[in-house]
Amino acid sequence: MTTYQNNDHLAGDFYTQNFAKTAGEGNLILNLGPQHPSTHGVLRVVVELDGEYIMRAEPVLGYLHRMHEKMAEVKTAAQFIPNMGRVDYGHALGWNWAFVGAAELVGGIEVPERAEYIRVITCELNRIASHLLWWGAYLLDLGAFTPIMYAFDDREKILDILQDPTGSRLTYSYYRIGGVAKDLSADCIRRIQEFIPWFRSRLPMYKDLVSDNIILRKRIEDIGVIEQEVCRRFGATGPVARGSGIKYDVRRAQPYSVYPKLDFEIPTSNLKCARGRYDVRMAEMEQSLRIIEQALEMMPEGEVLVKGAPKPSWKVPKGEGYFAVEGARGKIGAYVVSDGGKNIYRTKLRAPGYCNLSLFAEVSQGTILADAVAILGSLDLIIPEIDR
Amino acid sequence: MIKEALNTVSDLWSLMVGLRVTKDYFRAPQVTVRYPWKAVSNIATYKGHLELVGGKTGKPKCISCGMCALACPSNCLTVVKRKPPKPTPEEEQALAEAKAKGEKPKDKTPKDPEKFIYDFTLCSLCGTCMENCPVGALDFTGSAYLAGYSREDFHFDLVQLLKNQAGLEGMDASAAPETGQSEA
Ligand code: SF4
Ligand code: SF4
Repeated sequence: MTTYQNNDHLAGDFYTQNFAKTAGEGNLILNLGPQHPSTHGVLRVVVELDGEYIMRAEPVLGYLHRMHEKMAEVKTAAQFIPNMGRVDYGHALGWNWAFVGAAELVGGIEVPERAEYIRVITCELNRIASHLLWWGAYLLDLGAFTPIMYAFDDREKILDILQDPTGSRLTYSYYRIGGVAKDLSADCIRRIQEFIPWFRSRLPMYKDLVSDNIILRKRIEDIGVIEQEVCRRFGATGPVARGSGIKYDVRRAQPYSVYPKLDFEIPTSNLKCARGRYDVRMAEMEQSLRIIEQALEMMPEGEVLVKGAPKPSWKVPKGEGYFAVEGARGKIGAYVVSDGGKNIYRTKLRAPGYCNLSLFAEVSQGTILADAVAILGSLDLIIPEIDR
Repeated sequence: MIKEALNTVSDLWSLMVGLRVTKDYFRAPQVTVRYPWKAVSNIATYKGHLELVGGKTGKPKCISCGMCALACPSNCLTVVKRKPPKPTPEEEQALAEAKAKGEKPKDKTPKDPEKFIYDFTLCSLCGTCMENCPVGALDFTGSAYLAGYSREDFHFDLVQLLKNQAGLEGMDASAAPETGQSEA
């Protein structure tokens, strides 16, 4: 008589079983995650290992799916804005902007000039905060604990500044269709002006402390080489594409708002490895400071919300429109289709992280497991954004 | 060979440079706050839960129009209007006379809400309700320290809350306990 033994829990779920079908003889199937492989959300990567080497990898998504696109179908346009702050906690204002921009495009709403400048200033501040978060967390993943303390010291200052107009510290819901919710106060502007030189003086310190450090250089140089062709094939954008030498930035490629009036550079790197992406992000923070500085000077007085701005019951007129902005992770897009009804018929959100992650399967092939984690981190993934 | 040696030296030097930064910061004053013995000082602009704004008489400014409840994306607000008061016999007579003369009776119902139920567990602090209130009767408190033992602790009746506040003479019922001096 055989004793019944339930070994189902050892067999793995659908993904693992499907993945294991084509595994090589004697290779090990391992689940990275779904808790915390290197990113700070719930991502799962199934990998096939031959010793230390990754033969194949497959990201499994959906653990943080929150139906943002579906929720857009049951809310009016103005009521959907709070959702956008929650898609990506790193760069919430970029998402705010993408959706609001798309709704303005379809509705044909003009945004007052001052509001455009405020959007640029706050969006760039948020970008610096996002890059600092990535910087600290990435080094934390690589085993360096203290840098995140330095990063959060600076990031805290940005959060304090952004808290003034937005009222929150992470999941902002600040842009409105036709402007922004609140003007920047004099105190807030003074604090931004103080922040710029101060943060400039911090950047060399970051370089001394971490960027030049031989341990980091040895760790991230020449790993995760992404060819330009791979970037193009998977639709990678943002620092991932620029780290491979593709000079693509939505702020220049599809100019929106007042960016054409501002003078800034698009940093790129030809290293193509994790180091290249690292350098691009560090350089971007400097450029963001430049943008904020100019925008503060050029900002005119005036209204921040257009007169007769849409109320929550506003119906988006019939039509469709796509609006893209440059987020901290790449091209954030919102595609809005309206049939003129109470709610928007369909909203499609393009998350840059989704494309950036999908090339991981190809890039990680043949690397060792420890490097795979460093590559994942260098893509700057924010999982809630990928799943939406 | 020489190049290799030089590389090693410069590599080691990069570590020394890093250590110099660490040393400088080792001596620098502390930047964190020893919570809960000290409270942070930067929450003045922070949005806490909603509150009703009192008018001059201490009654809420709210006119029970329901715009906020309609605008809220998360359905956290319920405005309960007051019932018209039961008329006294004299008033009833006056009403009947007015009706006989063909005048429209005046609505004597107080405009302020009887109850203003607010479910903080659902609120995303977006500010839509506030922006759509015609009389500016809603505002955010700055209370960042709100805590409770159960879900129900976050279902407020804002009218009651305002009354409590008035009773406590401006003290915020949900404010932080004594946290000592705030850090400058
Ligand atoms: S702040 Fe937003 S979610 Fe909260 S009650 Fe007001 S409208 Fe609703
Ligand atoms: S708070 Fe303002 S919007 Fe809400 S019911 Fe009262 S008056 Fe109307």
